[in-house]
Amino acid sequence: MRQPGLFATGGALIAAIAPVSTPYPAVRSGAVLHFPADHGAHPLFRTEWWYVTGWLQTDDGKKLGFQVTFFRTRPPIDERNPSRFAARQVLFAHAALSDPATGRLVHGERAARVGFGLADAKSGEAAVAIRDWQLQRLPNGQWQTRVSASDFALALRFTPAQPPLLQGSGGYSRKGPQPQQASYYYSVPHLRVTGRVEQNGKPASVSGEAWLDHEWSSNYLAPDAQGWDWTGLNFDDGSALMAFRIRSKHGGTLWAGGTLRKADGTTTTLGPADVAFRTVATWRSTATGAVYPVTQDLRIRVGGRIEQWRLVPMFAAQEMDTRRSGLPVYWEGAVGTKGGRGYLELTGYDQPLAL
Amino acid sequence: MQMVWWNCVAAKSGLMSGRLALRWLIGGEWRFHPARFAMTAIAIAVGVALGFAVHLVNGSALASFNGAMRGISGGAALSVRATSPLGFDEQTYPEIARAEGVADASPVVSLNARARDVRLTLLGVDITRAAAVTPALIGMNLRGPGAGNETAFDETALFLSHQAMARTHARVGTQLAVIANGRTVLLRVAGTLPAAGDTAELAVMDIAAAQWRFGRLGRIDRLDIALSDPAAADPAAAEAKLRARLPPNAVLSSEAAQTAQSDAVSRAYRVNLDMLALVALLTGGFLVYSAQSLSVVRRQRAFALLRTLGMDRHSVIAAVVAEGLAIGLIGASVGLASGYALAWAALRWLGGDLGAGYFGGGANGVVFQPGAAAVFLALGLLAAVLGSAVPAWTAARAAPAAALKNAGDVRDPRQRVAWWPAAVLMAAGAGAALMPPVARLPLFGYIGMALLLAGGVAGVPWFARALIAPLAHRWRGAVPDMLAIRHLYGAPGEAATALCGIVASTALMIAMATMVSSFRGAVDDWLGSVLDGDVYLRTNAGASFDPALRARLSAIPGVASMTFSRQLPLTIAPDRPPLALIARPVQDRTNPPLALIARVAQTPTNTVPVWVSEPAQRLYGWNPGDTIALPIAGQTRFSVAGVWRDYGRQAGAVLIDDRDYERLTGDSGRDQIAVTLAREAQLAPVVRSVLAALPPALRSQTEMTEPATLRRFALALFDRSFAVTYVLEAVAILVGLAGVAATLSAQTIARAQEFGMLRHLGVTRQQVSRMLAAQGVIVGLTGALAGIALGLILAQVLIHVINPQSFNWTMSTRIPFGTLAGVAAALTGAAALTAIIAGRHATAQSAILSVREDW
Repeated sequence: MRQPGLFATGGALIAAIAPVSTPYPAVRSGAVLHFPADHGAHPLFRTEWWYVTGWLQTDDGKKLGFQVTFFRTRPPIDERNPSRFAARQVLFAHAALSDPATGRLVHGERAARVGFGLADAKSGEAAVAIRDWQLQRLPNGQWQTRVSASDFALALRFTPAQPPLLQGSGGYSRKGPQPQQASYYYSVPHLRVTGRVEQNGKPASVSGEAWLDHEWSSNYLAPDAQGWDWTGLNFDDGSALMAFRIRSKHGGTLWAGGTLRKADGTTTTLGPADVAFRTVATWRSTATGAVYPVTQDLRIRVGGRIEQWRLVPMFAAQEMDTRRSGLPVYWEGAVGTKGGRGYLELTGYDQPLAL
Repeated sequence: MQMVWWNCVAAKSGLMSGRLALRWLIGGEWRFHPARFAMTAIAIAVGVALGFAVHLVNGSALASFNGAMRGISGGAALSVRATSPLGFDEQTYPEIARAEGVADASPVVSLNARARDVRLTLLGVDITRAAAVTPALIGMNLRGPGAGNETAFDETALFLSHQAMARTHARVGTQLAVIANGRTVLLRVAGTLPAAGDTAELAVMDIAAAQWRFGRLGRIDRLDIALSDPAAADPAAAEAKLRARLPPNAVLSSEAAQTAQSDAVSRAYRVNLDMLALVALLTGGFLVYSAQSLSVVRRQRAFALLRTLGMDRHSVIAAVVAEGLAIGLIGASVGLASGYALAWAALRWLGGDLGAGYFGGGANGVVFQPGAAAVFLALGLLAAVLGSAVPAWTAARAAPAAALKNAGDVRDPRQRVAWWPAAVLMAAGAGAALMPPVARLPLFGYIGMALLLAGGVAGVPWFARALIAPLAHRWRGAVPDMLAIRHLYGAPGEAATALCGIVASTALMIAMATMVSSFRGAVDDWLGSVLDGDVYLRTNAGASFDPALRARLSAIPGVASMTFSRQLPLTIAPDRPPLALIARPVQDRTNPPLALIARVAQTPTNTVPVWVSEPAQRLYGWNPGDTIALPIAGQTRFSVAGVWRDYGRQAGAVLIDDRDYERLTGDSGRDQIAVTLAREAQLAPVVRSVLAALPPALRSQTEMTEPATLRRFALALFDRSFAVTYVLEAVAILVGLAGVAATLSAQTIARAQEFGMLRHLGVTRQQVSRMLAAQGVIVGLTGALAGIALGLILAQVLIHVINPQSFNWTMSTRIPFGTLAGVAAALTGAAALTAIIAGRHATAQSAILSVREDW
């Protein structure tokens, strides 16, 4: 479950005024994902993203959190436009580095229309690039990414230790009360990370563990959704947990869900009644005024038993203001918990996502 | 020892009391003749005010012009720009984007558009690139920054700058029909461009929609570039590398080059107007000179007394100069304040354009320029101080004893007047005028004019003597006339003082009038030779007549022939305004339909012949026979087959045969038609059939004009662009005439004693009046003659140096005889009238009182 950005959500509005010329395919249950083809882009769908988050450790033992995201969107344009600049597909990318030594999150971004060989999201195999930023899956099954911003640069390689984790029902992941409010969604937890991180011109070798999400859909947020809380956790024992809840504009939870996969491969799909988030501590952003529940207790019900984890952020100030590149304000931070670590995402806390 | 000390005290106290007396004297002069001081101060104030106002108006207009340009360029420090509206291949974009040193590149389609009859610059941008390179070009809707993305890729969304919104009376949500490149597209105003500034008339839409809807597929007009950090450290090197990658129909243009370009468009005009405004100040200086001369002469005995009391010569000079300084300070301060007010009023009610059409958009408000204020203050002070220093120096030279006895003219009429200072100054002026321009400005031309003027004024006493001496020796006419002539001969200094002002202002006016009449005559002739069609059709907003339509139009009954042409701006150098590339049929290549002033018999083989306008020749050094490069068609070599006269395009023009043009560019559109009617055909029905043959969309974008209208329009434009010139000129003349009047009346009033004596000798009051009238006529006529002679010389500098070096066109001299006669008559009449009126005042009291009067 990842935030779709305004381009995707705003699309509903444009569709109302633009000629009905962009039929987006619906997400249906029962479809079967095929790999490696489904690692690649699904350009007919309105929105798609590849998200890698993880914890790193430098050679001298310094801890860092990182995030690399590529979004793809298909704006509702007139398909007959023969211009090479026509925005048939638009790509966005974010990268962020959380450094507890400075208590600061630095981030960079890229955006481009697909075309002219400068930006592309390939189908059939994962290969997304905007100029010098790229994320791709190599023929040997490894993934790699390369991004550079003004304050930092990442060159990382990810080696899967486990097969992809299909979310929801075989990759069909419900997001709301209506069956079409859904996405195709799989994750690859427990990615082993090696590579280099450059901070202010100083390179360092790093290693660590990451989580990859790949999700695509056309229409999945309920109209009265305010935003969501999402987390993906890698546990030391080899198990992995994804959980989310979609908050209602009127308060409370509109929908929730998740998946727990034990080290032995047994997988439990969690429904709306099986997931609960409870705020423990909040942090107020001085930049945007938004108040985020950065420390939360996550409770899930597995096999009739309640399990609980307290998610504690690496540090509080992990807000990202990406409005300049056309995306919203949200909190995306490294969190640790008992026997594991991962990332927590909090959206819709400064204002409702424009729906 | 004691003696020495005592002497010192005595000397010191003598000096002290001398200073005190001087202060009384000056104070008294100011108290008893406040009007004279006020008038000199006003003369300075007028000069400073005009100069400062003109400078401020032009500066403000330029500032808002530059602001608009910056708004349209979106703040990009570096851009690749198409050399013509044909644009360049969009594949240049990925190549430049990937070039070393380029952090990001933003492709832009730029069109001249119209919406609700308002001219707009319509930019098509890729929002994702503009966000990184030119964020100022990103539109914003009213819902704030976080929510502005519904319209990000909306192909019907249009964002308008503040000015464009106001001029089109549109609001967010308005459906606006936008016309560009001959097409009309309905777009929805989705928001504003808050960062585009207040003066830019700018509209921004999606680049893909712009390419598609306005027929610009495959082409872009601009590529804004953000250099990477290492490349930005040495931009010159980075630019050189990029330049090597550019296609021939694009240039690399920095922000500095853009500013230089927009500055170059109007710079010569602005400098010329500044110079003209200074003429008023110069005449003001002469007025100060006249007034101070008289005042010094009147106080000569007082100064002499002070000298005998122990004050030295320098203190007398210093005192009079101090007077001048006070006049200058008051005048210049008042002038600055009123200049600012004048500029404000001009911008408020007339717009920033002073008539020449350089700044169409107008300015938003006065941009105060402290540097210019300081310069004009200094010039005002200088004029007043110099105007005072010269007479003070003359007065201080007089031996105190002689001056004490005689309050009259200190010069001996039998002494020969030296002619060589005038000759040296004029020779130096002529030499300066022959120098080449400096930084594209006729700097030495102006210096030459100033020297010639100074020489002319310096030569006035000699000229007056040469004219009057024979009369004085031979004239045997009526007593009053003889008296008048003998007086002028006997008091040469007095006459010279009055004449200086007349000569200077007349010369400048005659020079300007001669230049303008030569220019206007040349333009008139040129229009006659250029406008050879019976009716003209022209499209606006980029619409064009395609080949099929042209064939249909040519076949309309009553049409003898139609000449189709295409005119488009072509950038040769990024820091200069684009010249006009004109494509039209040239049937006979040895005799193209142009006013040729130079030609070559044979152009080199393997080159395409072009004919360049005179400004283009002078600007780019393209001489007949030269092989040149034009940035329209790859590496094609062009040769200059001839040079033609053109007063229409100051930035230059190049004519090319339309077959060559079409072969090289592939552009088959034409945007102008010159129609020649068949012999028996009537204009109105043919025009009706032509308009009926146009498709409706094109008809609404086609303007039709007859040559008479075009000619009238062109001449009206010419006159309007010289309107400010006329105003400035008139003010200079008025100041000059005021000087003449003041000088003559003061001189006449000072002679009250003499008139009393004449009355005692039996001269009637009428005869005194006639004497004064004759004197006025002689002074006025002498001044007019000298002024006209000097003016005609100055006109030659204007016509053959200032004009070609400023505007790059030449012309032949046409003397406005009517104006000359009028000026001579006006001056003579004004001088005579002033003398008579003042004389009546001076002879009003009884003769006995006048004789006894002792100041």
